[in-house]
Amino acid sequence: MRGGWFKVYALVYLVFLYAPIILLPMFAFNDATVIAFPLSGFSTKWFAALVDDPLLRDAVRNSLIIAVTTAILSTTLAVFAARASTRYRFPGKAGLMGLIMLPLVLPEIIVAVSLLSILLMAGIELSILTVILGHVLICTPFCIAILSSAFQSLDRSLEEAAYDLGETPFSTFRLIILPLVMPGIISSLLISFTISLDEFIIAFFLAGTQATLPVYILSQFRFPQAVPAIMALGTILVCLSILLLGIAEFFRRRGLARSGAKDTGGFL
Amino acid sequence: MTAKPTMIEFRDVQKYYGDYHALRGINASIRAGEFFSLLGPSGCGKTTLLRTIAGFEDISAGAVLIDGKDAALIPANKRPTNMVFQSYAIFPHLTVEENVGFGLRRARLDKAEMGRRVGDALAMVGLTGFGKRAAHALSGGQRQRVALARALILKPKVLLLDEPLSALDKKMREQMQVELIKLQRQVGITFVLVTHDQEEALVMSDRIAVMFEGRIVQLDDPVTLYRRPKTRQVADFIGTMNFLPATLLSDTTDGCEVEVAGLGRCRIAPDQAPPGGNGQDTTVGFRPETLTILFDGQAAAARETPGTVEEVVYYGDMTYYDVKLDGVASAVRLSMRNVPGRPVLDIGTRARVAWSPDALVLFR
Repeated sequence: MRGGWFKVYALVYLVFLYAPIILLPMFAFNDATVIAFPLSGFSTKWFAALVDDPLLRDAVRNSLIIAVTTAILSTTLAVFAARASTRYRFPGKAGLMGLIMLPLVLPEIIVAVSLLSILLMAGIELSILTVILGHVLICTPFCIAILSSAFQSLDRSLEEAAYDLGETPFSTFRLIILPLVMPGIISSLLISFTISLDEFIIAFFLAGTQATLPVYILSQFRFPQAVPAIMALGTILVCLSILLLGIAEFFRRRGLARSGAKDTGGFL
Repeated sequence: MTAKPTMIEFRDVQKYYGDYHALRGINASIRAGEFFSLLGPSGCGKTTLLRTIAGFEDISAGAVLIDGKDAALIPANKRPTNMVFQSYAIFPHLTVEENVGFGLRRARLDKAEMGRRVGDALAMVGLTGFGKRAAHALSGGQRQRVALARALILKPKVLLLDEPLSALDKKMREQMQVELIKLQRQVGITFVLVTHDQEEALVMSDRIAVMFEGRIVQLDDPVTLYRRPKTRQVADFIGTMNFLPATLLSDTTDGCEVEVAGLGRCRIAPDQAPPGGNGQDTTVGFRPETLTILFDGQAAAARETPGTVEEVVYYGDMTYYDVKLDGVASAVRLSMRNVPGRPVLDIGTRARVAWSPDALVLFR
């Protein structure tokens, strides 16, 4: 029976994918410093340790500032780019869009190193701002991809109809276009927030002394006694990521349902 | 037809898309209160011309006048025109009520007045009680009605309809054709319809402009357009027409004398022989319903040619025959109404076909 082997394959695949993630909460609530079986007992002390760590608090604050700013900036830029690429025709459009989308496939380490050398040459001090710069660069293509499909599915006659009924181009945008692409904007914000929050390479190169959460996590792995606390932190982050992606998908589907369109498969 | 004032005037309207010449000198007037159709195959420029009235398309040269005013000076959102889009363009995130009342937003009416006018508009299109529905939950026919109500609520001077019935199935389309005619009579607004469906244009319009390749080739009322098409192209596009080669023998003010291949010599009235050309080689055309098969025992007609039935197409109410007339090179198509007692002939049957010179149209 061929279907049987496919089921086994699918099961092994899922175990491979999710077993490590399931280990996170196991050891996060384990009462031992060593990450090994058998588990010794239930404890929430690692979560308590997190709260008391001032370095972690700084890292979380930095990461949140960077992620929120990146999400807003890259989504705003992407709204303009997506609108321009779906609605207008201009010379060199294909090449230009290709260049904007390129960071999507460019190795991040290349982006990070070249940004670092330019910033150093320009004499700009490394800080949260430089990380935001790098993150906007890599998040914008994702946002454009999401928003382009939102703008693409807009019937151009809708704008013309609103204009025909007496609205101005601006009020047409506000009353018709914005509400209809809002689900796309929300998922774009959430996706770029998530990407920025767990991005490591650019943050590592460009952060200077202001470490972000992933950079902090890596630095803590040098100390074996800190590892269970990192497991606890990882548990929180996994839950947060699932929540955010869930919200993004919810808004995407609701947007489709509201406009009565067919679901052609999203990013989830 | 009484002379009504002009509502829309095209003066040598030209439109280029880059090198492509989409409108090649349109000159026409649309009268106030008439049901006017722009008819032509896809790509002939009819939708472009409609969009120049709405203001969605700038023209390259010439002028469009709406109610005597140069439309170039009025942006689309200030023009006294409203449009029903081919896709209906119903705002999917709004209810039926909000869609229909959308144009009144700017008027800042109080709630009661707004509700009354939206209710009136919905009643006019037969959608009373649908106000609270979500727009995306409507059927095709209902969307069409919402689009109509939304466009008419501002009481425009001109209603523009871009292939409004093309998305509906045949039954629904025929029903909406009749409803649109009634609605137009009721509101008295000038309707300009774009369609590629010649039957739809004939059924609904007061006058039809037939367009090919960016030009209006003929502008007439449906009866004239059908009976006396000015060119072979128009004749071919509107309904079915048979064409036979003919030699022009004489051309005077009271008609043309022609020798039609296989049918013989006959005279064509001047209004069925539009001027143009100067050669002797011409074509005559005639509609399938102007030929009649004479059955056994029927008296001989003034003009009668025997032939052989080559093809039979049975439509229920009508039967179409392709008949190879003796001495005529190609088969001609004729249609017979299936009245009780009239047989449907088999392929290969010999038949007497009566025809009349009155039904011939000359093309040169």
